[in-house]
Amino acid sequence: METSSHDILIIGGGGAGLRAAIEIAEQDPGIDVAMVSKVYPMRSHTVSAEGGAAGVAGKDDTIDEHCYDTISGSDWLGDQDAIEFFCNEIPKELLRLEHWGCPWSREPDGRIAVRPFGGMKKMRTWFAADKTGFHMLHTLFQTSLKFNTIVRYDETFVTRLLVEDGAVRGVVAIELRTGKIRAIQAKAVIIATGGCGRVFPFTTNANICTGDGMALAYRAGAPLKDMEMVQYHPTGLPFTGILITEAARAEGGWLLNKDGYRFLQDYDLGKPTPAPVFRSMELGPRDRVSQAIFGEFEKGRAFHGPYGDYVHLDLRHLGEHKIESRLPMVRELCLKYENIDPVREPIPIRPVQHYMMGGVHTDIDARTPLPGLFAAGEAACVSINGANRLGSNSLGEILVFGARAGRSAVESARNASAANETAILAQARDEERRVEERFLRRTDGTEKITKLREEMQRAMEKGCGIYRERDSLAESANKIGELRERAGNLALDDHSRTFNTQLTSALELGYMLDVAEAIVHSALDREESRGAHQRRDFAKRDDQKYLAHSVAHRSADGPPRIEYLPVVITRWPPGERVYGR
Amino acid sequence: MPQYTQYQPKEHRPKMSAYWYLDNWHYLRYALRESSSFFVAYFCVLTLVQLAALGTNATRYARFEAFMAHPAMIIVNAIALAFFLLHAITWFNLVPRVMMRQILARPTPDIISSAPNYLVWFGATIILALFITGVL
Amino acid sequence: MSDTIILEVARFNPEDGGEPSYQSFEVPLRPDWMVLDGLNHIKDQLDGSLAFRWSCRMGICGSCGMMVNGVPTLTCETLLMNYAPGPVRVAPLDHFPVVKDLVVDLDDFLAKLQKVRPWVVRKDDFKPAREFMQSPAQLEAFHQFSLCINCTLCYAACPVSGLDPDFIGPAAIALAHRYNLDSRDQGIEDRLDIVSQHEGIWDCTVVGECSVVCPKHVDPSLAIQQFKLTATKEWFKSFLLPRGKH
Repeated sequence: METSSHDILIIGGGGAGLRAAIEIAEQDPGIDVAMVSKVYPMRSHTVSAEGGAAGVAGKDDTIDEHCYDTISGSDWLGDQDAIEFFCNEIPKELLRLEHWGCPWSREPDGRIAVRPFGGMKKMRTWFAADKTGFHMLHTLFQTSLKFNTIVRYDETFVTRLLVEDGAVRGVVAIELRTGKIRAIQAKAVIIATGGCGRVFPFTTNANICTGDGMALAYRAGAPLKDMEMVQYHPTGLPFTGILITEAARAEGGWLLNKDGYRFLQDYDLGKPTPAPVFRSMELGPRDRVSQAIFGEFEKGRAFHGPYGDYVHLDLRHLGEHKIESRLPMVRELCLKYENIDPVREPIPIRPVQHYMMGGVHTDIDARTPLPGLFAAGEAACVSINGANRLGSNSLGEILVFGARAGRSAVESARNASAANETAILAQARDEERRVEERFLRRTDGTEKITKLREEMQRAMEKGCGIYRERDSLAESANKIGELRERAGNLALDDHSRTFNTQLTSALELGYMLDVAEAIVHSALDREESRGAHQRRDFAKRDDQKYLAHSVAHRSADGPPRIEYLPVVITRWPPGERVYGR
Repeated sequence: MPQYTQYQPKEHRPKMSAYWYLDNWHYLRYALRESSSFFVAYFCVLTLVQLAALGTNATRYARFEAFMAHPAMIIVNAIALAFFLLHAITWFNLVPRVMMRQILARPTPDIISSAPNYLVWFGATIILALFITGVL
Repeated sequence: MSDTIILEVARFNPEDGGEPSYQSFEVPLRPDWMVLDGLNHIKDQLDGSLAFRWSCRMGICGSCGMMVNGVPTLTCETLLMNYAPGPVRVAPLDHFPVVKDLVVDLDDFLAKLQKVRPWVVRKDDFKPAREFMQSPAQLEAFHQFSLCINCTLCYAACPVSGLDPDFIGPAAIALAHRYNLDSRDQGIEDRLDIVSQHEGIWDCTVVGECSVVCPKHVDPSLAIQQFKLTATKEWFKSFLLPRGKH
């Protein structure tokens, strides 16, 4: 077994991981920082983000307004101290990215341009056409190349966190190209592995979004917070689930049912106006808009297609020039994947799983309860997103909390005590044995990865869709439990060491099942409706009981133990979420 | 190929075929364009020979003319002309690939960047034609 | 019309001692399936040992470039139907060492990317308290070259990359050019030293195929030719005005 050791190890090479790496390298060039990622960093899912990143920019806007929008958007489940910190930091972070070369779209006079976004009261979303995530990721990756102190383990798949004496001390990982299993030791580890959309059958998420970091932390003893809060984006393309950015509505797009009617007016989201109005109609928050589309499905006012019901997103009235300059990727995606031109035809769309508000429980400094372990980005839950994230707050989150995780990890690495290397390496060898015996050398398995994955996805869609209730949740929980058992008996066709993607699929399935279990049990336990968590059997928000984060702790056998942690309320007492009036 | 040893990648490194330029039309067109330089050189040499003959005496020039009138030479020169045109046109068309990308913040249509070359070319051709026909 | 299509997929596993070969699979031919969906059908239903990279399935992460019927192609955005009735031959990208099946080794490409210094270089200490002003026209000047997704199709298309492995190559030079053209950058001299070598811009013989296959219309060939012009101008400047370096 090959071993190496660093001061800080970052798992994940997307926006949060890269931002953390740069922060650490800038803070102290003497610190040895490494980044391990199962794909080359520029392949990370940050690349798919489209619309933009919110940060107060205009003179007519204030930090407090951004805070309020985020808090009411979160249905008061966001921690207000974290949100205030976030809203204060984000303009600085976006500016830093500008200095690093991010090609932000501009006003004619050369200033940064901002656009409106769902649930936001002011224009404050910075954007780079509709490829904001792509440009941010490549800017971060290219800037990270400047620092020779950042060591990268590209295409290296982490299988386990090494925990010794109650603290995280590194990871075991498979180098895909050779199949070598490595023990990488570190005084501090940052999880920045993104989300877990692949737990669901219909998702905007990339193939790599399998909740690896969430499951790694969960298995190592760090709890997962607010996992029942699953965001459905209103506008995904049927069949592929490819995202059509919210910017399409921010630029003036309309949602129409099969009668050509702007149905959002029937769902307490305001009155239709020709031009977009902040926090109204198509600029409502994602949870409410997705629920409204689902409502149209149930009323039979939607179109029926081979991949389920859908409604229309109509951009035709924006004109070719605006679509081409502000939404080029929307047009490109529609032409390629739906063979329609949004300049001439409305786009068929349906709600699609998009984002996890929940994640590894961290405090405002990106610390998890497990010493030496930090988390940032979608993998983490600080929480600034609460029960519903506003569009364009996640690209900001990866920057603010990526950097914060970097700083906290530096401090932690400096103060770390000497490690018991013998014990750590013994653990690593155990893990090597597990991977070899359970997967690589095993020939008597009977279960197919694909089949289990499909069954899991079906169960999750059934139990944890836009609307939930006890019976279907309990059924899904049982199913996930059963699948976890069966996943112990996987059959692999590929027993080679070199780039064994079937092995990684098997390991990813294990991660997804752990995360799915946390999601379904957290959802079962929260007997109220709040933000993205809508229970048919408990239709009202219940601040008496549930103005609190769910915190799921893994138990060795059986379902997780769910506890509750009060939400931090500072200046904005819980109130009604008002949109469009 | 070397033996595989565990954990040591043994990569397959395909060799490019010696006839790679026949792989697709773009490569072939490229190879033709590159070989057109040979014909450009040939024309230059031919012009020098012509000038030398012209500078020697009338008999010598008559002999040069007779040689050029030979059917084989006409075929060779026709092929050379074709390559010469390919050479000129591909390089003229490459002009927008290097300069004048933008006029007044709008991308310049390719034709505008290439046009001056073609204009000069046609102008020169007309003047020469006028010379040859004796108008000038 | 048949409702299936044959995919002939390149196989290579260094561990079984075998030579590279092609294996045929019959996959459903559906109107909205991309080539990648066909490969995933093979991996999920027919042979789980097939190795290939993919992730975003929306043409932006750059993972799934392969040779499809001999042409470098992003498999997630190319319809299987385009190749009906088949068979379709899927192979790893040309001009790269093959790790396994359809997976190629990209380390050399990443080293080249880093070599051209693709970040904003400032020679002064200017740290503005706000953003650098950049007009839409200044943004437009480099924007096209910032759209590269590093899919490396251009390397597979470029015969020079195949003949001279040291050639820095289309994507990396286009990226260098992108920063040179950025009004916020002052690193052009550093990059000229690196990129105007023989293995840099002067290795390019303007085949132009890189720009033909580029799925994001970056036009790396344009970038290289413009870079040549810049390098020539700079060379003349330094030749005529030896002390004129700023």
